[in-house]
Amino acid sequence: MSAQAVLFDTPGPKGRRNIAIGNIVGTVIVLGVLAWALVQMGSKGQFDPAKWAVMVDPETWQFYFLPGLQNTLTAAAYAIVLAMVFGLLFGVGRLASNSVIRGFCGLVVEFFRAVPVLIMMIAGWFSAALLLNIPPEDAPLFGVVAGLTLYNGSVIAELVRSGVHGLPKGQREASLAIGMTRGQSLRSVELPQALIAMLPSLISQFVVILKDTALGYIITYPELLRSARLVGSDAPFPILQAMAVAAVLFIVINFLLSWAAGRLARRFGGRSSGSGKPAPRVGITTGLAGTADTRDETGGN
Amino acid sequence: MLVSEFLDTLSGYDIAGAYWVNLKLTAFAAVLALVLGTALAMMRISPVTSLRWAGTTYVNVVRNMPLTIIMASMILVLWPQLGLTLADDFATNFFRLAVIALAVYHASFVCESIRSGVNTVPVGQAEAARAIGLAFLPAARLVILPQAFRGAIAPLGNTLIALIKNSTVAAAASVPEISVLMREMVENDANFVVPIFLTIAVGFVIIVVPVGVLTTYLSRRLAVSR
Repeated sequence: MSAQAVLFDTPGPKGRRNIAIGNIVGTVIVLGVLAWALVQMGSKGQFDPAKWAVMVDPETWQFYFLPGLQNTLTAAAYAIVLAMVFGLLFGVGRLASNSVIRGFCGLVVEFFRAVPVLIMMIAGWFSAALLLNIPPEDAPLFGVVAGLTLYNGSVIAELVRSGVHGLPKGQREASLAIGMTRGQSLRSVELPQALIAMLPSLISQFVVILKDTALGYIITYPELLRSARLVGSDAPFPILQAMAVAAVLFIVINFLLSWAAGRLARRFGGRSSGSGKPAPRVGITTGLAGTADTRDETGGN
Repeated sequence: MLVSEFLDTLSGYDIAGAYWVNLKLTAFAAVLALVLGTALAMMRISPVTSLRWAGTTYVNVVRNMPLTIIMASMILVLWPQLGLTLADDFATNFFRLAVIALAVYHASFVCESIRSGVNTVPVGQAEAARAIGLAFLPAARLVILPQAFRGAIAPLGNTLIALIKNSTVAAAASVPEISVLMREMVENDANFVVPIFLTIAVGFVIIVVPVGVLTTYLSRRLAVSR
């Protein structure tokens, strides 16, 4: 934000006039595009009251949107918990002093970060019934959770590692000096601080998990997007309206999560000696040399 | 022999062809997203409040929306309901709609990458540009953006990697790319699900890792030394 303000001077009278003109032109363009879109929608009969009435019908919510939302949140909750476990396990593994464990964990993490989530979901979906004796009706949920856990767990493992690396060296030196082992120092001094420092990135990752549950649509998991499609597939076919409702629901939930992330970061910011910014990473697939946060990196997938 | 049986199965599918579709989706979407994302970044750093507001709203809305919804809306809403047809035959039409969905989604990440690149440019550069009398647009074009792009290579590379992986979501727009083929393969030969997964996953590792290595190399090589 700071850099934006210095790109231009505090405007004088002429600058203010130019900005005012620019504002009017900009507003006209933005409103023009919106108006054009609305006219197009209108000409295709998208403002038919019958189509919108379905969206405020309590039964639509009772039988479609709410169960869909519940399935979305269920999958996200499982995936968040399991990805945290996976991430902590492999993140600590990447910090191990044993080079075999370190190398193995590094390989696993880099592999799952390079593979699309959807590919892992399809694999999980089909192996559920075939290899793991999971009842067929649970296979899509298993696929969604497996894909999200492996991918996001790997990202969280990287966060854990960079969080610990981002702490001042003195933290570990002090714990070693008072007689702790390296493991004790990691568990009771470094990890707690690293977790607090990485809280904002962690919650951004939870937003990614929540968004990616929508991929379950492709592997027949009955989540929010699929319910929206079902709502839209009956007369009067309000598919645009149903998609809009689903999109708004996703946006609202994700906004709330991001907002909570900001609050938490401010609240706990003083309790860690870490900066909260991930240290530069050297992983091959990350290719991170600079400032991208995890949201940039995943593209939300 | 199980291995030769598996290799026989593999040879029955056009795996390279399916990957080629993903790469084409990525290439077209990357160009469109770069153009759109740069325009959005310019809007977000401009002195014009309304444009800044529009850019910010776009990024916040699109970043919080699942790509799958955008992709599905393309072929469930935009094409059949609003009549957006980009080609006469179905396959090309779906492909182009998928490219647009990918570009629209990733443009917001390109915008944020460029903005983070702008943040690597020291204040003194902008001040110097103003001091020699450059207005906002010339200063952005001649001084800020060239340095910002060089600072943004690493995050842009990450966005490109995400785009390569996200091209599989085109399955939601009925584009016959690799995840559609994989689904067909595991449906026909369910007992080979693990080797099929590993084969396709390794393909992505082979595509993604060089991109990561290259962008890391470029971001170091082209970094503005200060």
